[in-house]
Parts: sequence; structure tokens; C-alpha cells
Amino acid sequence: MIWLLLAGMFLVTYIPRLIPFLFASQLTLPPWVQKWLKLFPYAALGALIFPGILGAVPGRPALAAGAGILAAVCALFIRNITVIVVLAIAAVLLFQGLGIPL
Amino acid sequence: MRKVRTIPVGRAEAVRWGLSNGAPIALGYLPVAITFGILGRQAGLSVAEVTGMSAWVYAGASQFLAVKMIASGVGLFEIVLATFILNFRHFLMSTVLARKIEGSKPKAAALSYWVTDETFVVASVHAGPESISVLSFFIMALMAYLAWLTGSFVGGMFADLIPVRIVDGMGIGLYALFIALLIPSARRHWQFALVAAASALTAWGLSRLAPGLSEGWALIAATLGVSALGTLLPDAETDE
Repeated sequence: MIWLLLAGMFLVTYIPRLIPFLFASQLTLPPWVQKWLKLFPYAALGALIFPGILGAVPGRPALAAGAGILAAVCALFIRNITVIVVLAIAAVLLFQGLGIPL
Repeated sequence: MRKVRTIPVGRAEAVRWGLSNGAPIALGYLPVAITFGILGRQAGLSVAEVTGMSAWVYAGASQFLAVKMIASGVGLFEIVLATFILNFRHFLMSTVLARKIEGSKPKAAALSYWVTDETFVVASVHAGPESISVLSFFIMALMAYLAWLTGSFVGGMFADLIPVRIVDGMGIGLYALFIALLIPSARRHWQFALVAAASALTAWGLSRLAPGLSEGWALIAATLGVSALGTLLPDAETDE
């Protein structure tokens, strides 16, 4: 039963990912659509970050937001994304480990 | 149309780009996948089923939702439908990536299985206006996929030993990844900053005003709507 569910989930996640690769690359799109697609990743980033980030650390929205702000500040100075990912995780672990009620 | 440069240029450079951009995704995925493995076991799945779902479905948010629905006894059809809705955003992401990845079309199409929120934003935002090679995307996405599989297996295997609240909190890594990608582009072009902020507020507003609207639709509506409005802004000169 679970495997049947997985097969169903496989189809509905894979087909939407595949179809644009079969067609979209050959199409010549009007300039305004190209501009739309160019802005799309930034809009996606915004909506992926907020409000989702508030639930990133279970039951502690302030700590999650604080780690997000830390990441943002670090990103002003550090170009290496891996370092920023590590810093944000470390900050959350530290606050959880020390039991600081943020 | 102006021909855009493909980064990286050489083969070794392409591999290096893939490795250095795959690393933060893999790092961000590990704790999230471990959490998924633990929750999957708690919902009654076996280690094989948990790992199998990660291998076949490979869609974080949908997998968490499916596990929650399995645990509360929801039927197969409803779970598949919810997965479709939550994951439909990847259709749009693939549309952008299909035009962004340079090289063999069949190879790129085969890699579409590895389009996720994270591989999408890294490939589209971090590469800037340039195209990226199939090889670069392959290496980056392979690291992400392997991390997702490994984490799911480890989480499933050691579900009783790992403190789930602690690993769950490490999921902040992916948000740090998104933020670290956004900040440099937002500093270069105010249009990008404005679009991202407006889209975040719209997604938030939709979730408050229409609580019945699924997370998937809210994200798609905010992203498509705001980026469409963004076309009215003056052009961001992306080829510096």
C-alpha cells in the first residue's frame, strides 16, 4: 500500500518537473515573459524565506528569526554560503544547548 | 537576443562550481532528512519505506506532509493530490531552469528529477544572468540528492536514538541558504530586493487572510503575482 502511494507521489512530483524541460527551452518567449521569468527566482526566495522561517525551530519563532537575521548580517560580509549555513545552525544549537529562552 | 555566457567555462571549473554550490545544499538537507526519517518511522513506516520515499518522491515539504497524513489515516488519493498541489511550484521552477541549463537537452531533462526549491534557487540566483552547464547542475544536484537519501536512511535507522527536536531546529540551515543567496542580489539590484520582500509579505498575507488556502497555492500565487507586477519596474541591468 505504501509503495503504491510512493508510485503515485513519484508521478505527481516528477511529471511537473519534467514537462518544462521537454518544451520550454525551445520556445521563444516575448520580452515581458522573459523579464517575468527573470524575477521569478527572487520572488520565490522571498516567499520561501518568510513566513516559513518562523517555524524553522519548533516552538521558537524568535530564535529562528534571530538566526535568520544573523545569516543576513553574515551575508553582507561573507560570500561563502556554506559558512553562513553552518553559522546559522551553530547559533540555533548553541541557544538550544544553553537553554537561552529566545 | 543577446547570447549569455555559460559559467563555468572549463570542465574542471564546472565540477568545482557544482561541488562548492552543492555543499551548502547538502549540509542544509542532512538534518532535515534525518528529521524526516525519524518522523516517518514514528508514523509507522519502515526504514526501507522512509528511504524509498526520499529516493522516489524527493520533495521535502510533500514528504513531511505525506507522513503527517499517513499518521492521521488519510487516504492514498488525498495524499497524492496534496503532493501534487504542494509540488506544482516545481513546474514553474523547471520552466526557468530549462532555459538556464546549457548543454545536452536529454541530459538536462533527465536531471529535472532533481529540481528542488534549493537546487533551483542556487542555480538561478547564484549563477546570476549566466547559464550553467549540465555538468555543474548534475554535480550540485547529486550532492543534494545523496545528502537527502543518506539523512533519511540515518534518521530512519536511528529514529529512537536521535533527539528529534534538536535536529529539527537544524532545519534553519536551509533558510540561511536562501537568505545568503538573496542578500548579495538584493544589494546589487533594488528591484530584486523589492520583489523578494513583496512576495514574502504577500505569501504571509495570503496565509493569514485565507487560512484554507494550501501552502502550495499561497506560494505559487505570491511568487507568480509579485514577479508579474515586478515586470513593471525598470529593468535590472543583470549583465554587469
